[in-house]
Amino acid sequence: MALKRGRGVAAINYPTGMNLGGDPSQALVHSTPTGSFMVTLSSVDLGQGLRQVMSQICAETIGVPTEAVTIDTADTDTGPHCMGTFASRGTHRIGNAIVQAAREARDVMLEVAAEELEVDAGDLETDGTGNIHVKGAPQKSISVFDTALAAHFKHGRSISGRGMFLVPRSFPETETGAMKPATCYAHACVVADVEVDDETGEVSVLSVKNVYDVGRALNPKMVEQQLVGGSWMGISHALFETTEPYYPDRDNGGTDFNQYLMPGPGNLADTETIVIERPAADGPYGAKGVGEMCANPQIPAVANAIFDAVGVRVDTMPITPERVLRALKAQSREAPAG
Amino acid sequence: MELRKDYFSDERNDDLNEIGHSRTRSDTPGHVTGRTAYFADRTFPGLLHLKMMRSPHHHANIRSIDVSEAEKHPGVIRVLTAKDVPHNLYTILILIQVGPEDETVLADKKVSWKGEAVVAVLATSERAAQEGAAKVKVEYEVLPAVFDMEEALKPDAPLVNEHHPGNFYLYDSGDHRKVRFGDVEAGFAMADHILEQTYNSSPIEQAPLETTGCIVTPDGNDRFTCYTDTQAMFFTLDNASIILQMPGHKLHMVGGTVGGGFGGKVDVIVEPIAILAAKLTGRPVSFIYSREEEMQISSPRAAERIVIRDGVMNDGRLVARKVTGYTDAGAYSRHSPYGAQKGAAHYPGPYTVENVWIDTYCVYTNRTPSSAMRGFGVTIADFALEVQMDKLARLIGMDPLEFRFINAYRDGDMKAHRQPTEGAALIECMQEASRVADWPVADRFYEMSSRSREA
Amino acid sequence: MARVPVQFTLNGQERAEFVESGVTLLHALRDTMGDTSPKGGCQQGACGACSVIVDGELRLSCLTLAETCEGASIETAAGLASEGVLHPLQRAIVDGFAAQCGFCTPGMIMAAKTLLDHTPNPTREDVIEAISGNICRCTGYEPIIQAVLKAARSNSQKAG
Repeated sequence: MALKRGRGVAAINYPTGMNLGGDPSQALVHSTPTGSFMVTLSSVDLGQGLRQVMSQICAETIGVPTEAVTIDTADTDTGPHCMGTFASRGTHRIGNAIVQAAREARDVMLEVAAEELEVDAGDLETDGTGNIHVKGAPQKSISVFDTALAAHFKHGRSISGRGMFLVPRSFPETETGAMKPATCYAHACVVADVEVDDETGEVSVLSVKNVYDVGRALNPKMVEQQLVGGSWMGISHALFETTEPYYPDRDNGGTDFNQYLMPGPGNLADTETIVIERPAADGPYGAKGVGEMCANPQIPAVANAIFDAVGVRVDTMPITPERVLRALKAQSREAPAG
Repeated sequence: MELRKDYFSDERNDDLNEIGHSRTRSDTPGHVTGRTAYFADRTFPGLLHLKMMRSPHHHANIRSIDVSEAEKHPGVIRVLTAKDVPHNLYTILILIQVGPEDETVLADKKVSWKGEAVVAVLATSERAAQEGAAKVKVEYEVLPAVFDMEEALKPDAPLVNEHHPGNFYLYDSGDHRKVRFGDVEAGFAMADHILEQTYNSSPIEQAPLETTGCIVTPDGNDRFTCYTDTQAMFFTLDNASIILQMPGHKLHMVGGTVGGGFGGKVDVIVEPIAILAAKLTGRPVSFIYSREEEMQISSPRAAERIVIRDGVMNDGRLVARKVTGYTDAGAYSRHSPYGAQKGAAHYPGPYTVENVWIDTYCVYTNRTPSSAMRGFGVTIADFALEVQMDKLARLIGMDPLEFRFINAYRDGDMKAHRQPTEGAALIECMQEASRVADWPVADRFYEMSSRSREA
Repeated sequence: MARVPVQFTLNGQERAEFVESGVTLLHALRDTMGDTSPKGGCQQGACGACSVIVDGELRLSCLTLAETCEGASIETAAGLASEGVLHPLQRAIVDGFAAQCGFCTPGMIMAAKTLLDHTPNPTREDVIEAISGNICRCTGYEPIIQAVLKAARSNSQKAG
């Protein structure tokens, strides 16, 4: 009886947005009289930080600091339609809607600034800190603050924009399955190292090396949050989680956190996260959806590492100690240790 | 975390002001001080609590429902049954023309899973509502139940759901979604080895720390404000509008920060009945799942069974892949027909295979309806595909990582569902994994690119 | 149901309210006292989201009767910041991106504060032990562990 180590790999891809498309989202952007920007949405922040990322996308597009942007969301009286926060679609779909709305608002802002400066709007650029100036002549400038005031009280212009993003719905051909399920895909490759106790069947994931292609890390620390938390959930799925431990038998389902098991802070794998950015052609600043894919590759990587460690395959999730032990017993019956 | 900026640097502009910078999250100060408002962080005078009386049987006809004792229980204000729900038969994806309507808000003639909602009890306290629910008397005629997907697909199996004859979801392509590409039998005929394996999974709970729920207040002007932790505001509004036969402008959904979703809050379950209760009582109503309800009543990730049959050459080329996938929807559709279809679109995984045959079935059984969860349709598929890849590599005596390099898709490769591959980066992820994990592969694999094939 | 008076100190302020007899401290705080920082994640003492400090000890407010807190001193996450300046634990969680949905965060912070109050220079194992009754579904815990260790370091630097 011994602790045996093994290593496994898995590689995956994952589609961004609802399968087959047809999932619109809208955004409205407007400035206040003093040059703050409001983004109105009906999208939901589940904790992944949708508001923060959306404010950065809006700020980048308009050319103002992120702090100048406020996200007003999740209210159906004020926010235009959004399909919802799921299917790794939030950043991609809503982000694209905001880019469109913010561009329209920026155009108005630059038109007003151009009138104030008596130049051509096409010759203006933003410095990202709250000023608009003539390209190549930074001294000929006006603040976003003054531009917004002028727009409101002098020109009667609304610095605002409307954005809508829709990947048209695809309908699969019945006989061939020809279809367009998604427009862009995230990727990942994971190497997992495990230790298996061949006496108890218990598996410890010692480390995971996670490499992800996210399209573009719009806010790298927030991408890291998703990737690290997702990796934990993947390992949890691989080894622990189910509401029906003896599926398809309906009995013995856990009803609380004492029975429904997940790794705690004392059971963590050493997690290394590497990010590659191959921008999506249709993503906001190249971003792909990563919320779901980050939790998938650990499951097969862990399963393959278990085989590498003890030579048994458990092809049923979750890979509980009981299943590992039964597989080990079956193995020793088939090939008694010599 | 490390960003490997050297890959694809010519495809990006890294010189942006706000994008690519780790700005501090503006919501976290609210989280750490307890000021972030979640839907349940509200109190209303006169609030009523809704508790559900649920089926104790996996499958049964309802002979009679007697709520007289429940109505008399101290604190109970109102009891709701199927006849109170204007459009009791619904399905969530009807909004995007994926029918049929196949589930009742409150069961009327039959229950098809243990835990199905039958009678809603409204009381002045949670305890009174719970006690009232315990006093509802329902007479059942217990029916045979079916739990195994293959059993459910047999001709003599008990019928789980009258709207789904044969216990499968009827796609326009028949009892399963199909993908056909190349000639899979010719692929098997030429293969040096064939490997067929079966993979299984069990249902998985999203387990957000905040359970599913909502609080509804009558606004006094025939409108209703619903504070909810749904993941999809208009999905909820539009479905509630259909179920309650109430114009959408009468409804006002307010979300905020949700205490975790993971797909568990995409169904529309608590809001319509709570809005109805607020309408019929004229009082604010709270319907919040207990942890036990979250674990066993709210939809889990579907269990799946996946059979993969592969043809592989000794040099590592995958020449044929046939996949038969079964998704256990439980008793009602919710998002499972969508999930099974997503699986069909996902196979054969991120690999270029010239001969592919895919069948995915969505099967009904007498268990908690499954629905969305982080990656559903793909998560279990990836488990099956990637364990299968490991087995195939070992079968032909090849390094598992090198085997994946040989088959990895590249830009321009035609996928089984007949879309050309774009924006691939699998090879680069594997190259980087090889380096970071110190898992060496032959030099030629480090020279590969997702953007083109070697001459 | 009978209503009973309870009087205790909540984040340094004297509070006296009538609550229903048998009500939990969690409900009393949230519904009567207006402090919604403790969260009801399970109502059965298994998730830690409702954690508060009662007389210096970590308690699950969902399993504590409000009446038993008569005369006690109660601390919650809502009272940690003073004059708008975040407590080092709060600061470390914000700076370390150690919260996502935030639902477990107030309870997690109270568990960590109890540790740091008793053990100002904890080891990683101490931190793991201290937060092992608090479930987080988003972060994978590591960022939280790192944030608590960082807060302890910044505390000891201030003390030194």
